[in-house]
Amino acid sequence: MFSGLLIGFILISGASVFNENEPKPLKVYQKDGVVVNSYDYNRLEYFLKKDNDTTYVINFWATWCVPCVEELPSFEKLNAEYKDKKVKVILVSLDMSKQIESRLLPFIQKKKLQSRVVLLNDPDANAWIEKVDKSWSGAIPATIIYKKQNRKFYEKNFTYEELEKEVNQFN
Amino acid sequence: MKSIKVLGIVLLVGVMSAFTVKDSGGYKLGDSAEDFSLKNVNGKMVSMKDYKNAKGFIVIFTCNHCPYAVAYEDRIIALDKKYSKLGYPVIAINPNNPEKQKEDSYDLMKARAKEKGFTFPYLFDEGQKIYPKFGATKTPHVYVIQKTAKSNVIQYIGAIDDNYEDEKAVKQTYVQDAVDALLKGNDVPVRQTKAIGCSIKA
Repeated sequence: MFSGLLIGFILISGASVFNENEPKPLKVYQKDGVVVNSYDYNRLEYFLKKDNDTTYVINFWATWCVPCVEELPSFEKLNAEYKDKKVKVILVSLDMSKQIESRLLPFIQKKKLQSRVVLLNDPDANAWIEKVDKSWSGAIPATIIYKKQNRKFYEKNFTYEELEKEVNQFN
Repeated sequence: MKSIKVLGIVLLVGVMSAFTVKDSGGYKLGDSAEDFSLKNVNGKMVSMKDYKNAKGFIVIFTCNHCPYAVAYEDRIIALDKKYSKLGYPVIAINPNNPEKQKEDSYDLMKARAKEKGFTFPYLFDEGQKIYPKFGATKTPHVYVIQKTAKSNVIQYIGAIDDNYEDEKAVKQTYVQDAVDALLKGNDVPVRQTKAIGCSIKA
């Protein structure tokens, strides 16, 4: 009941990205207008289990991961083209915490990423990889697409067409 | 009839590879690892059978370019220093195809091994044939292997420890714990772990 009210509130409050229901970040990184919140896995889980009528596309990536960077434009395109169709892309960076100011924030600015980027800072990966998905080996890129309880996990690279096709199965 | 069967297999393989890599196959705990013969950075071929006195091996799929692999380089050197004299040498294998990842070429492997002073062989998986047998999916990806009278048995698969970022914050030293247990004749306490890593580029 209470969570229903919260969801209602989020929907009414509309496009605000940083709403009060979100878990408190471990740290907020800011530089030149780019803002990235960091979370440990327990806090990040909030973004992996939202229960509303939006389809969430969660992509695990890092600036140093070449195939991840190659597929980013597909996720950006999806986020832009499906903006009004209740699809939201969240890019979960696995960059190392020492390289956020020097690498991740400048990268976001340079590539003008529009999708929301959050940082997962939780080096004990063995403790959370299987919570993301039992089948995940830990290699990136990896992606979850979910809407309410309906969920799929992909340990693969995406082209825009493939991504669109998958997302349309949820909408 | 035979051709239909072949066609069926081809189709099946095609369909399977079209899906996401769920189970990458490869060795499971307790399996026997086939020996390999791969070129080291010094130009010589290296196989497990070359190590007459070894009690086992710490086989690590690693590479030049991956920041996670780089973050572990010093710890890999430390593992070899500690355990090669106890009978468990490190054998590092670069599984990446340099056409896909140019930093992982054989020449750059030689340069990296020299720069870091690798005390262990750093082998090139030419043609990317060995890593699929192991089922390695990323770098770094470790297999602790125990040499028995009959075969080389996979005893641990996974991460080196539980903190890629900060060696000082490590609480669980999975590979060391596995080798220590094997040296004492005990069961490996944690036999399989998962880690984030760079996917292997074949």
